[in-house]
Amino acid sequence: MLSLLWLIPTLPLAGFLVLALSGKYLGRRSIAVIGTSSVALSALIAILIGIDFIAAPPPGFVFRQEAWTWIAVAGFSPGIGFYLDALSLVMILVVTVISFLIHLYSTEFMSGDDGYARFFAYMNLFVGSMCILVLADNLLFLYLGWEGVGLCSYLLIGFWYRDSGNGRAARKAFIVTRVGDTAMALGVFLLFTHLGTLDIQSLMQRVTQQWPEGSELAILAAGLLLGGAVGKSAQLPLQIWLPDAMAGPTPVSALMHAATMVTAGVYLIARTHVLFSLAPPVQLAVAVIGALTLLLAGFSALAQKDIKRVLAYSTISQIGYMFLALGVGAWSAAIFHLMTHAFFKALLFLSAGVVIMTLHEEHDIFRMGGLRKKLPVAFWTFLIGSASLAALPLVTAGFYSKDLILWQTWSSQGGNPWLWAAGCGGAILTGLYIFRVVFLVFFGEARAAAPPDTRRPGLRITIPLIVLAAFSIVGGWIETPPFLGHLTLFSDFVQHALPPAQVVHDGKNDETVLELLAIAASLGSIALAYLLFLRYPAFLHGLMLIPELARIRKFWHFGWGFDRFYEFLFVRPYIWLAYADRNDVVDNIYKMAISFTLRWLQKVDRHDVIDYIYSGLAELCLFLYRALSATQSGQVRRYAAAIAAGSISIIFIGIFA
Amino acid sequence: MAGMKMSAMRTAEAVAAIPMHHGLVLAAVLFALGLIGILVRRNLIFILMSIEIMLNAAGLAFVVAGARWEQADGQVMLIFILAVAAVEVSVGLALLLLLHRRFQTLDADAVSKMRG
Amino acid sequence: MILSTLIFILVAGGMLSWVVERWRPGSAKWVALTTVGIELLLTIWLWLQSASAMALPAHGGWLAELRAEWIPRFGVSFHLAMDGISLILVVLTAFLGVVSVACSWTEIQERAGFFYLNLLWTLAGAVGVFLALDLFLFFFFWELMLVPMYFMIAIWGHEKRQYASIKFFIFTEGSGLFMLVAILALVFVHYRSTGVLTFDYFELLNTAMSPSTELWIMLGFFIAFAVKTPIVPFHTWLPDAHTEAPTAGSVILAGVLLKTGAYGLLRFVVPLFPQAAGYFAPVAMALGAIGILYGAFLAFAQTDFKRLVAYTSVSHLGFAVVGIFAWNPWSLGGAVMQMIAHGVSTGALFVIAGILQERTHTRDMHRFGGVWGIMPRLAAMGLFFAIAALGLPGMGNFVGEFLVLMGLSRVNSVLASVAAVAFVTSVVYALALVQKIFHGENTQGWQLHDLSGREMATLYSMAAITLWLGLYPQPVLDAAPSIANRPPAIAVAHREGNAE
Repeated sequence: MLSLLWLIPTLPLAGFLVLALSGKYLGRRSIAVIGTSSVALSALIAILIGIDFIAAPPPGFVFRQEAWTWIAVAGFSPGIGFYLDALSLVMILVVTVISFLIHLYSTEFMSGDDGYARFFAYMNLFVGSMCILVLADNLLFLYLGWEGVGLCSYLLIGFWYRDSGNGRAARKAFIVTRVGDTAMALGVFLLFTHLGTLDIQSLMQRVTQQWPEGSELAILAAGLLLGGAVGKSAQLPLQIWLPDAMAGPTPVSALMHAATMVTAGVYLIARTHVLFSLAPPVQLAVAVIGALTLLLAGFSALAQKDIKRVLAYSTISQIGYMFLALGVGAWSAAIFHLMTHAFFKALLFLSAGVVIMTLHEEHDIFRMGGLRKKLPVAFWTFLIGSASLAALPLVTAGFYSKDLILWQTWSSQGGNPWLWAAGCGGAILTGLYIFRVVFLVFFGEARAAAPPDTRRPGLRITIPLIVLAAFSIVGGWIETPPFLGHLTLFSDFVQHALPPAQVVHDGKNDETVLELLAIAASLGSIALAYLLFLRYPAFLHGLMLIPELARIRKFWHFGWGFDRFYEFLFVRPYIWLAYADRNDVVDNIYKMAISFTLRWLQKVDRHDVIDYIYSGLAELCLFLYRALSATQSGQVRRYAAAIAAGSISIIFIGIFA
Repeated sequence: MAGMKMSAMRTAEAVAAIPMHHGLVLAAVLFALGLIGILVRRNLIFILMSIEIMLNAAGLAFVVAGARWEQADGQVMLIFILAVAAVEVSVGLALLLLLHRRFQTLDADAVSKMRG
Repeated sequence: MILSTLIFILVAGGMLSWVVERWRPGSAKWVALTTVGIELLLTIWLWLQSASAMALPAHGGWLAELRAEWIPRFGVSFHLAMDGISLILVVLTAFLGVVSVACSWTEIQERAGFFYLNLLWTLAGAVGVFLALDLFLFFFFWELMLVPMYFMIAIWGHEKRQYASIKFFIFTEGSGLFMLVAILALVFVHYRSTGVLTFDYFELLNTAMSPSTELWIMLGFFIAFAVKTPIVPFHTWLPDAHTEAPTAGSVILAGVLLKTGAYGLLRFVVPLFPQAAGYFAPVAMALGAIGILYGAFLAFAQTDFKRLVAYTSVSHLGFAVVGIFAWNPWSLGGAVMQMIAHGVSTGALFVIAGILQERTHTRDMHRFGGVWGIMPRLAAMGLFFAIAALGLPGMGNFVGEFLVLMGLSRVNSVLASVAAVAFVTSVVYALALVQKIFHGENTQGWQLHDLSGREMATLYSMAAITLWLGLYPQPVLDAAPSIANRPPAIAVAHREGNAE
């Protein structure tokens, strides 16, 4: 079974090829079948491989497969090769299963769109690239998947290409993530230059052998890789692209936020965790970036009107949690949260998609309301997703994963109380902003401009929603805190690839107290949201009348002004300079030099003696020319006379001289 | 047979009897006439005829010289010149016809398109 | 023998198509297509013959050689030889020859016979340049390329063809003069020290000369190749020439003629003057890096489709220059890879520009938009090659750029970091191109028919090659190390530079 590993990325890529080459000739039905079944098959294979892997683990819990050597130049020989261990198995399961559900949902959701084939082609390419990223056994092949998802995000965000605003958002996403990718590429160069390989496992071995902890090279390399991770995972300071990425169709957002793309950075850091643990300053930076991002994004989410933008900021914030966990060395907690987050974030986007579709592309949460009765499936699934996101205690998956992160932030070696406090604050914000959406959208009275669509979502939409809702609840039960049975299935499994967090403050009492505090934060925030947004909305309106608060709200709404900052610092100068130099200053220099020289020559010659010589020469030439041309009279007799005269004179000279 | 040989001998003797400079003077006079004809005549036909005269003058000079030195080269040259003259006349007349057709005249001075 | 056949076929085919067009109008293109087709088959056959030899790790030799007396009094011989790099460049030339005949199929109606004569003779000159190992012969072929190309731009070009063709001619001819002087100087220096008057490459390889002489002579060569490659600040002829040339001219210019410059750097400048190239390498690499960034920067602001693509060439060839002067196996492999991949992908972009221009008679990107809606196949191809141009992994350009930068970071990591900024700037221009032409709303109301079978075959084959180069570049990379192993002096110079 394991030998089928290569099929997991290949199937979606094959689906892409078929759809891209022959999409024009296929009917909608066959497009949907090809697009979905390719991902479904690879999800199936992933599940079977997972079962096989757990039932009969390969030696060393590692399985490798190499298709061919990609590039071989003087010792540099990365291959097209796959590497399966506990970490990549978890990732591949998450990616393929969730992608399959989203594909299934899209077959109905996108059914009215012109670019049906194009949509599924891009989606398949997206999934295929992500599988490559996750399964790659060397950094260069990983980079292929890495850039591939970047490209697909561009293509899908700009899917409705007629609107130039979508194109703008798409380009922003690609360019901003590419900034991070460039840093990552430099990191790859550095690693190869000093360690002589790009194979991730031997790289990690050589790192530990050759670089001492805290060495400059390790810090530099880890820092550069972090740059890449920050770009893809939309963390500070490169988080600006993700909110705008909402321009794409809703399933795209679900795919990007849950299964592919933004989790790539988290995966990269977990994959190269050995390197990061050799560079403590970088690890601290990861934690701090995570903490700051989760807070900033939480505040921004609170000020959004667009339902998808709320979810986008929420993703940034949740990835912040994962970074926080990575930063304190709680690797498996980060991956655990990645998994549960994938479930509930996909769920939230998909059910939000149903709401948006029913309200005729309405995104503004202040124009929704009272949809609880009209859209029961969407309501319940959205509610489950929100509860999971807000870490509602005991019943939801989000609770277990977030709780684990908070606890390890406190207790592990790299953790400290400040980071924990940030995480806890973030938890309060999370409950506030997501339940604000729940209360505004599904409760209260209807504020929609147009009456909602009477069509109800069909099975292909409801089944993915229900499955994801189930995952969002039970997905967390495989890893529970000590006071709730202490089940550690997930971390035990992932332990084969990721070391457990090194706990320094060990104490049951501490833990219980902290758990209770976290629970309180979660419940309190939901209660607060209920009071503020449903029960006493007038209070908030009153607050907003204070100009300073309104200004802060606006500041949050625009994501803390990062966009404007970059706009003025980079974008506008670049565009301005490029257009100013459009005709190429070098060329202009040549032209100016030539015209200047010519003018200078003219000016000098007018008063120059040498010029008289030249012009005299010219006059002489002109005179001679006239004289000679006069002889060419065109009259034959004169020529004959001239010939005769010439001959006679030559004879005379011959005789008498 | 013998008579014919005799008469040929006699003719050669008779020619040899004429002093060479007589023949050369005649050739020079003919040449000068031809040249003058070219220079004073404007009609292209007359110019062509004058050229013929000049050519024949040159041929005469060759024959006279050949007789004087008792070599056949002079006669060879005369035949050569005759051939050239025939060719020249045919080309010249063709040109003449074209010119006449184009300019409706045979005046050499009128046809001066080639002036510099 | 096969080597002279490669050149002769093109020359004869050019004559034939000129003559044939007088007998039967419309037949010149068939003759030209047959000629380049035979050329392509021959070169591929050669490649297959030698592929196994090149893959050997110890391989460093020549695959074929031909030497005949030409002007023995001056030591000039008709000396052709082929190693891996020449081979793949000749294959590229033949392939782009087929492409350029295919893309002029309907575009060139006027004086078609003479057009194909010029096209094929330019190709013949380029093949000669890639094969010649006698400096005199090299110079001969170098000039042979220029004149027909000048005619192609001047006769079949677009609006500003006079200006562009004269500029092209002055730049390349002027720089060629530098090379001629440098060649003569090198030959005389060699004559003075050994008493042998020769133009032969192998004889001149280890000429003893003083460092300053070496530097001056090298600069003569360098300027000629720098203009051709082009290296900033000698690039300004290129945007005009590319923009104004007919499609086939742009394809050949970008795909083949620019490569002759980079090839010259690789074959002559560094091996003939290893020490001088060693001192000069930092400057050359800096110029290359500037070119990479400056080309990408300017490409972004262009409004003329072909001009934009022309500036991307400046950027891409900058990678080749950097790779050549960094001179280690990775960077050289990358440079060769970049030359080949750029030839195909940029050629394809010019073909696309030509297709659009043939249908709309404009290249102004403000007048396009929403082409995806009316020509989905063309737009998909445009997107594909724009992505190839920005260096996405899995496509040929990425392998080249990545290897070059990786090699460069061994020599000079700061410069590598600076050059890597091009990863971002290239995305900026490539996406701007896609946005302005293919995405957005079709505001001008164009009604265009999508690709014909001929155009599709051209573009699909180019796309397939780009992907093949990106996913299995080994056959091309195998060709590169054969030269990397030869003159070690520059590598020594680098190492000394690093040690200081």
